[in-house]
Amino acid sequence: MQPVDSHLFLLVGAALFSIGLAVVLLKRHAIVVLMGIELMLNAVNINLVAFSQYDPDRLQGQMLSLFVMVVAAAESAIALAIVLQVYRHFRTAQLDELNELNY
Amino acid sequence: MAVLITRNVLYAAFFLLLTLFGVAGLFVLASADFLAIAQIMIYVGGVLVLVIFGVMLTNKPELPNDTNSQQPNRIISKNRSGAGSGWVVAVLVAGALFIALYTLLARANFTLLTQPVGWQSTVTVIGKQLMTEYVVPFEIAGILLLAALVGATYLAAPQTKSSQNATR
Repeated sequence: MQPVDSHLFLLVGAALFSIGLAVVLLKRHAIVVLMGIELMLNAVNINLVAFSQYDPDRLQGQMLSLFVMVVAAAESAIALAIVLQVYRHFRTAQLDELNELNY
Repeated sequence: MAVLITRNVLYAAFFLLLTLFGVAGLFVLASADFLAIAQIMIYVGGVLVLVIFGVMLTNKPELPNDTNSQQPNRIISKNRSGAGSGWVVAVLVAGALFIALYTLLARANFTLLTQPVGWQSTVTVIGKQLMTEYVVPFEIAGILLLAALVGATYLAAPQTKSSQNATR
């Protein structure tokens, strides 16, 4: 199989991280912000895997990326539960309209 | 990219699905077959289903009789005041980060990336590593997932009658 140039992995990771950061900063719906966080975690995973293919004996990058995936799954479950409770309480999930902590 | 462009939340979820499949394909190209399958199973099978459930549960339907005289004005004024500066600042920050990373990657000279790579299955190595060197983080990840799921169930559950009466 033709090996892929590893700079492309790093470039794709950089682009994906920037897009995720823009999504987090720009969007107003809470769930879309969560999607941006997932995009950033995926960009980090791409970088880890791209460097880990030169370490076939220990695969430390792939192990770290596996644990990043586990933490991302737990984080998204908790965050979606919190968004559900916020939606039940305030009847909205737009982050701009949530300007009170308690009412 | 389309997660950024689209305004519909459900379309954003579907474009996120496409992006996650693309990342899984990149993992295959980087000779990480186990991680590609794990990516598809965890993200597409677990996280994205959760996200779509969240979208469907929190999507506010457009009420046609809710268009009183104050609602559109508020939205228009908010867009005029807040969206201009916030949009520009967000795009500037993200674009500057991408340009900085691009110049860094273009100038950097990774000697590691010029070495040839072999293609072999990573499943046995990952299994051995999980059971020997990474056994403590593995168990901690299990406990973390258990605690996270119990906590998420507790948070998302509707409040019972007694606790509602108690808080009132």
